[in-house]
Amino acid sequence: MATKIQAIVDRYESDKGQLVSILQDIQTEYYYLPKESLEEVVKLLNVPMSQVYGVATFFKAFSLTPRGRHLIKVCLGTACYVRGANRVVDKMELDLGIKRKETTKDLRFTLETVNCVGCCALGPMVMIDDKYHGQMSSDKVSSLLAKYE
Amino acid sequence: MVRLSSPQQLEGLRKSIVERKDRSKPCIALCVGTGCLAYGCTDILTAFKNEVEKNRLQDKVDIRATGCPGFCERGALLTIYPQGIFYQRVKMEDVPEIISETILKGNIIERLLYTDPNTGERYTKEADVPFYKRQQRLLLDSNNKIDPTSIEDYLAIGGYAAFAKALSHMKPEQIIQEIKRSGLRGRGGGGFPTGAKWESTREAHGDIKYVICNCDEGDPGAYMDRSLMEGNPHSVLEGMIIGAYAIGANLGYVYIRHEYPMAVENVTIAIKQAEELGLLGEDILGSGFGFKVKVSRGGGAFVCGESTALMASLEGKVGEPRAKYIHTSEKGLYNRPSDLNNVETWANIPHIILKGADWFNKIGTKGSKGTKIFSLVGKVKNTGLVEVPMGMTLREIVYDIGGGILGGNKFKAVQTGGPSGGFIPESLLDLPVDFDELTRVGSMMGSGAMIVTDENTCMVDMAKYFVGFLQEEACGKCLPCREGLKRMLEILTDITRGDGRKEDIELLERIAATLKDASLCALGGTAANPVMTTIRYFRDEYEAHINERRCPAGVCKELITYSIIDEKCPGCGLCVEPCPTKAITFVAKKKPVILNQKLCIKCGTCCDICKMKAVGVK
Repeated sequence: MATKIQAIVDRYESDKGQLVSILQDIQTEYYYLPKESLEEVVKLLNVPMSQVYGVATFFKAFSLTPRGRHLIKVCLGTACYVRGANRVVDKMELDLGIKRKETTKDLRFTLETVNCVGCCALGPMVMIDDKYHGQMSSDKVSSLLAKYE
Repeated sequence: MVRLSSPQQLEGLRKSIVERKDRSKPCIALCVGTGCLAYGCTDILTAFKNEVEKNRLQDKVDIRATGCPGFCERGALLTIYPQGIFYQRVKMEDVPEIISETILKGNIIERLLYTDPNTGERYTKEADVPFYKRQQRLLLDSNNKIDPTSIEDYLAIGGYAAFAKALSHMKPEQIIQEIKRSGLRGRGGGGFPTGAKWESTREAHGDIKYVICNCDEGDPGAYMDRSLMEGNPHSVLEGMIIGAYAIGANLGYVYIRHEYPMAVENVTIAIKQAEELGLLGEDILGSGFGFKVKVSRGGGAFVCGESTALMASLEGKVGEPRAKYIHTSEKGLYNRPSDLNNVETWANIPHIILKGADWFNKIGTKGSKGTKIFSLVGKVKNTGLVEVPMGMTLREIVYDIGGGILGGNKFKAVQTGGPSGGFIPESLLDLPVDFDELTRVGSMMGSGAMIVTDENTCMVDMAKYFVGFLQEEACGKCLPCREGLKRMLEILTDITRGDGRKEDIELLERIAATLKDASLCALGGTAANPVMTTIRYFRDEYEAHINERRCPAGVCKELITYSIIDEKCPGCGLCVEPCPTKAITFVAKKKPVILNQKLCIKCGTCCDICKMKAVGVK
């Protein structure tokens, strides 16, 4: 892990100001922020753990616990909300047997909500991993989830 | 590419690019903006490439992957040049026909043209479509004329000419005067005069100064910054370079939220191209002026739209705002003078420099100059990005451009300004939209989100939605915002559950007023707007919830019941299987289904499925 973290930090020329971007890249690598990776960042950037931990917990994008193979993001931006996005989340919770921000026991899915992915015209919008699924409704949820292993 | 060392060389390069371009050569411009991605446009793009190769047309037809032209509702969007033929709802299977009919024979494919649902009229050219016709697309117009990853395309449409003009013919002070005279106000939401901000940063003490581009666009329901950054990143960069030159800054940052990966990618490419050409870096165009730009990603915190919080985040710290006793133009990033402007503000700069303040001045209203991009979304027929001159009325935007309300429903209100803004009722539809008018009616311009709601939207629920959003996003640093939002959310939740008390409305108003007066930053200061405007214009809905335990719009779960409207139900049984609690029983074909109220969890699945509108909500 140490070499990978080193490579990421090097990419940003050890610029402390780029801490958020560095953590983003680590998360892309491991799907979450493992404790050891944060310790490595502390060492390499020479910043206190309180700062790294503070940033890692302040920003919504970061997770300190492992996440599922597929990350579901249901957009709850206003445009999606007025078109019934909350029903879509409700149905997801029902189908997966978890609440939002949770991961299924088999680590298949993590369910999250986001406050706008910028596809407002196609709401309600669901992103699974990098793929966009527009004009969702609660009755389309089950068949969509079935497509993911 | 060869590094340019004078403005003259830049003009020479532009000339040679334009001369090399064959204007009569057909070009298929396909939107690969994020909206169209959801329609599968990457596959369509590949299909076009394959089809062109199959027909051995590689040298005769250009395929251009462009940014978002705005009409997202009708994706995937396609424009064929030089004629400017506009095709919408394009699918994979249409590709061979477009090549064989339109490209090779020049025939129009009727079914792909836009048909106005209100009049039935068909339009061949983009410019004639009613959605576009009423717009004045100063910033967005170039999006489908260029490939955002090609600096040559940008140069061909006159890119960086404004910068060359500023560099060779204008002193920094003159540039600032020009921007001041133009009347440009910040498009991030507050509407602060841009020229004045530049001037105070220029005059601030310190050798090192920064310019920052805010692309953190956290407003739910707004995506114009995303569209500009993805579709025309050079226009934003050019604005930043002009600004840096005028202010005397040598380093700039572009702060982009991480939910916008394509924007990050495209601006990173643009920076690299500009560096290679000598438009960024040391000694730009041989002038001695040097400027670098770095890209930084946000971590998904709405409060980082607040300038001081954004700058804290840029320093690698928690994105908390601070009180602005000292302006960021004096002490911002790393305590040095910093000028922060929104994406749209930066993109306006090259136009003002090139065409002059007087030209810009003529567009808009007395207090708000230029155009504004709105994301017209929600319960409206033509959703997408619209760019209109300031001062156009809400009615013109919603009905003439937006085509009216979806599904023949009744208009209720327009929400502008996101969580910092408010709801504007039908009685104010003729309001000319500009910074001051929106503030006057209790809302805000914000970043330009314009969410249309209809009779099926509950205003108390919407207030709860925004307060819930803000409560989650508040940084927790100051007490009025931290506690006030929490209490407001509790009260609103009680009301939507039917546990509201008579004095709740007054209590909400009092908390809202405290938030407005005592919060540290604008997140808390404007948080009262959604609550106050819903109370001001839709008090009867609050009263119905509190006094009658009734949700007139049929939204609040605890107060409604679903039922089958027997006369409308054809007994098709489509809703039976998907019902998660097996609350619906199939009887026979042509006999209405039966809904068991005890099992119903009000998830709304049956409502979504039923095209006959046979599921009633009360």
